[in-house]
Amino acid sequence: MIGQKSTEQFTTRIGVILAVAGSAVGLGNFLRFPGQAAQNGGGAFMIPYFVSLLILGIPLCWAEWTMGRYAGTRGFNSAPGIFSVIWRHSIAKYFGVVALLIPLVIYMYYVVIEAWCLGYAWYYLTGALELGPGTEKYDAFFNNFVGTKEDGFLYAGGHGQVFYFILITFSLNFILIYRGIAKGIETFCSYAMPVMAVCAICVLIRVLTLGTPDPSKPDQNVLGGLGFMWNPDFDEVLNPKTWLAAAGQIFFSLSVGFGVIINYASYLRKKDDVVLSGLTATSMNEFFEVCLGGLITIPAAFMFLGVTAATFGTFGMGFVALPNVFDAMPFGRFFGFLWFFMLFLAAITSSLSMLQPVIAFFEEGLGLKRHASVAFLMLITALGSGFVVYFSKGMLALDTLDFWAGTMLIFILAMIQSVLYGWIFGIERGEREAHHGAHLRIPRVVQYMLKYVTPVYLLVIFIGVCWTQGPAYATALQQPVAMMSVVFMALIALFLVILVHIAGRRWENEGRFNSLDE
Amino acid sequence: MNALGWIMMITSVGTVLALITFCLSRVMSLPPAEVDDLTSPLEIDTRDTKDAD
Repeated sequence: MIGQKSTEQFTTRIGVILAVAGSAVGLGNFLRFPGQAAQNGGGAFMIPYFVSLLILGIPLCWAEWTMGRYAGTRGFNSAPGIFSVIWRHSIAKYFGVVALLIPLVIYMYYVVIEAWCLGYAWYYLTGALELGPGTEKYDAFFNNFVGTKEDGFLYAGGHGQVFYFILITFSLNFILIYRGIAKGIETFCSYAMPVMAVCAICVLIRVLTLGTPDPSKPDQNVLGGLGFMWNPDFDEVLNPKTWLAAAGQIFFSLSVGFGVIINYASYLRKKDDVVLSGLTATSMNEFFEVCLGGLITIPAAFMFLGVTAATFGTFGMGFVALPNVFDAMPFGRFFGFLWFFMLFLAAITSSLSMLQPVIAFFEEGLGLKRHASVAFLMLITALGSGFVVYFSKGMLALDTLDFWAGTMLIFILAMIQSVLYGWIFGIERGEREAHHGAHLRIPRVVQYMLKYVTPVYLLVIFIGVCWTQGPAYATALQQPVAMMSVVFMALIALFLVILVHIAGRRWENEGRFNSLDE
Repeated sequence: MNALGWIMMITSVGTVLALITFCLSRVMSLPPAEVDDLTSPLEIDTRDTKDAD
């Protein structure tokens, strides 16, 4: 018996493209990318950036789309099932635990950041964020809002406004995910993505027409801001750190190694195109990142804050520097609302995609119905988000989970998937499968790149990240909150291993792999 | 903004715009996806016997 075919499918070609693009487009496109470029050679950063896109991002996307659809047409939508279809070995399903753990853990803190964006959009709408000039005011507002002063700060009376936004965000995510692939994710992304583009373009036009906002600082004008972002320093191209930053940015930006693309692609039909769809979703992500993120964030910050614009981190840029910019900008309240509403939409299309891989596993691995899967997942994620919100001092819990799940594990999963595709699934079969129903041909060289170059390139970046960031995070484990965060993550991993083991036994008993061996 | 800055910006933004234009124009020009639930006449089992006259 071939595995039970999933009853859930994307209904339109553009629907699946927008869903995958929505998953990839997130806060990193607007806040992380511009900062990385400005700190690593400006325009020169784009050389290693595009090289990484060509040899790492696009090939890995195609590999995930191909493997996902292949396993999906054989009745499996969750990573443990998909990996078992690709590699007929009893331990294959356990590698799928990584693909469940990553979206699950990232969702726990990502939904909190998403709630911050909604909160800021609301405060702009009501005028509560018109604090006047001065970065320190916005810094204080942000610290108070997210509770960075001490652990349990938000649970104390009078500081818990953020909970209302977390509750709304949480509910919205789970209502949409409960509605399913077509009615929930696809429908929402079909509206949210164009709205996001319109909001971002409105803010872009506002930024590019600001001229010289402060006549007493004539250098801080539009062209100066664009120059600050794009003037190249070619010496940086020779610096390995720049290549590491570029590859890391491409990698995180495209959502490869998140366990999301492979899951979404499993809801395609056999004749659905994966090559053109994968490339289109990638190009949409690049549009939001390079054409909008690259032209808005740093130029706007530079015009009002000068060269200090590049010194803010991702959260500092988003929640401290830019509110300061909107304050000084004509109609800043309106554009502030547009900006944070757009970030909220970008975040929710991403967070939705993080829930679906785990829901798919609960449904097909444990045989739970949709409502039971959703309720079970809501319970687990609420526990994790509560943990992140409680241990808010210096955002240590969030930062620790982000490093171990959102950085290290992603590299590991990408390496697993790249080896699965290149060495187990095989590039011959991969090429054949990818071209079923394809409206574009993948050059043959990409298959060789996926087999030989991509895994090595990933390994080099992984070693680079371990080398540069590992010691600091390993030392941080001496702090109880950081250690608790890692233990918390390890417990979830153990729980998932047990569930995957149960699911594997269930699939074997049902004979769902029998036909795959023929 | 110097000349090299302009070149890098225009090249980067232009490349991405060209890519997304190409992809979206290809996607939009395709016919709607086929409904694979439809069964062609040759696949319908008519239960005719081979030796029917």
